[in-house]
Amino acid sequence: MSDLAWINAAIAAARPQAVGALLRYFRDLDTAEEAFQDACLRALRSWPKNGPPRDPAAWLIMVGRNAALDGVRKRSRQTELPSEEVLSDLDDAEEKVVERIDGADYRDDVLRLLFICCHPDLPATQQIALALRIVSGLSVKQIARAFLVGEAAMEQRITRAKRIVADGDVAFETPGAVERSERLVGVAAMVYLVFNEGYSAGDNPARAQLCGEAIRLGRLLLRLFQTEPEIMGLLALMLVQHARTPARFDAEGQIVLLEDQDRGLWDHKMISEGLALIDKAMRHRRPGAYQVQAAIAALHARAATPADTDWAQIDALYAHLERLMPSPVVTLNRAVAVSKVAGPQAALDMIEPLGERLSGYFHFHGLKGALNLELGRHREAQAAFDRAIALANTAAEAAHIRQHLDRLMADHDPNVREAGAAKN
Amino acid sequence: MLYALLCYNDEATVWSWDKRQESEVMDRLAVVRGRLEKTGKLGPSLRLLPTTAATTLRKSDPPLVIDGPFAETKEQLLGFYIVDVADLDEALAVAKELGEVNPGGSYEIRPLAVYNAGAPLTAGAAA
Repeated sequence: MSDLAWINAAIAAARPQAVGALLRYFRDLDTAEEAFQDACLRALRSWPKNGPPRDPAAWLIMVGRNAALDGVRKRSRQTELPSEEVLSDLDDAEEKVVERIDGADYRDDVLRLLFICCHPDLPATQQIALALRIVSGLSVKQIARAFLVGEAAMEQRITRAKRIVADGDVAFETPGAVERSERLVGVAAMVYLVFNEGYSAGDNPARAQLCGEAIRLGRLLLRLFQTEPEIMGLLALMLVQHARTPARFDAEGQIVLLEDQDRGLWDHKMISEGLALIDKAMRHRRPGAYQVQAAIAALHARAATPADTDWAQIDALYAHLERLMPSPVVTLNRAVAVSKVAGPQAALDMIEPLGERLSGYFHFHGLKGALNLELGRHREAQAAFDRAIALANTAAEAAHIRQHLDRLMADHDPNVREAGAAKN
Repeated sequence: MLYALLCYNDEATVWSWDKRQESEVMDRLAVVRGRLEKTGKLGPSLRLLPTTAATTLRKSDPPLVIDGPFAETKEQLLGFYIVDVADLDEALAVAKELGEVNPGGSYEIRPLAVYNAGAPLTAGAAA
């Protein structure tokens, strides 16, 4: 890694704290971002020459604040900017002052910065885009690529989102304990949205990058709230799921189901971290939805082969999750575990009542098809698979169901097979 | 003489390297490590997961299990190397060699008082 790459990494890591502190100071997102940009430009000039400061965030906050204040002064009085040398030689005393001012509020600064992205008037995709822009510091171009829209359109969306945030009431006072924990819940949900946006993207690398960003935000949250079991659970869940990425798609970009994945391809460093976190979280005996989902993911990760999977325990954990977070999708997932423990008929009975609420949900019809197939009910299976294809969100999802369907037809319906042969 | 080279760096930065940066550094370190192992200077080396994954056991009565170390410091212990070298100069030379391919942070060069190799472990997940 070159010096420049190292400086960029240090700036990226310092960004949430620095922009968060500048936002509190200027109480205006645009000014805070401009001040940070200014500080970054100066860092790129100064750090290669003078070496990186011991505390990059403090340096960026201090220099950004001075630069923005000078900008204001300059506009009103045409005063000269201070020379580069003065700014690069912040001595320890000054650094300590910044630390005293900002260290105590660091946690709340970062939390606030994340929290303003969760504005209730913003739809989920805009929350994600805004967080990626102002907290992670991704370029508009990168975000546009992740969402498969043009750069201009994304620029417009982010500008609009910022305006909504600016017009809203941002609370700059230090939050109380209750408010802080409410903010944390909202922010955790938003971070998981970012993750899922990447996770559900199939093998599109620009969007899959969002998983990495979400994990970075999760680590940041956990550094700020080291004793929160749900934040441990959230990070563990993301790590264990993301660890499977290299095995989730084959060379043609087709989905490989969990039980067919080459477990040797999983990222075992990521899994170790996830398992350590879930163990830590469980000790707190304050279960929550992220911890339970992480525990389920951990059971899959601990199984050396699909046959070693502890389905009974997974069923029990899903039952727990249904109580914590009742949702037909959770029940649908539980049905997979039930099919392994009690057979496909029991699972079908379980999902039958969900039909109305999940009639537009790809995975419902996919599972219904697979269970019927297991039971030898080919007509029902085919109907469900047809429905699933119509509802597929990505090409890979549709292709995966089509494989089932092709196999089904080839195996059991001579007429379809002949029709297929005639076409070829 | 045995020394530990303790690697300190800002884990927030190191753990936000992207995949490309990460593999670039790790590949280059592997080359240096291979070279040093061949000369018989380098023994075990390891990399630690972030402090957020750590738990601390306070030896109070009764012992207390707490999350993390709550590191207030700017740099955290990220891993270490055990080297067998003639003297401090040589230990420093090894640290410099490693430092050239691994940006930022610092190495604490600490002589060992006792070294127990222990049972051979299967690297398992941390391979």
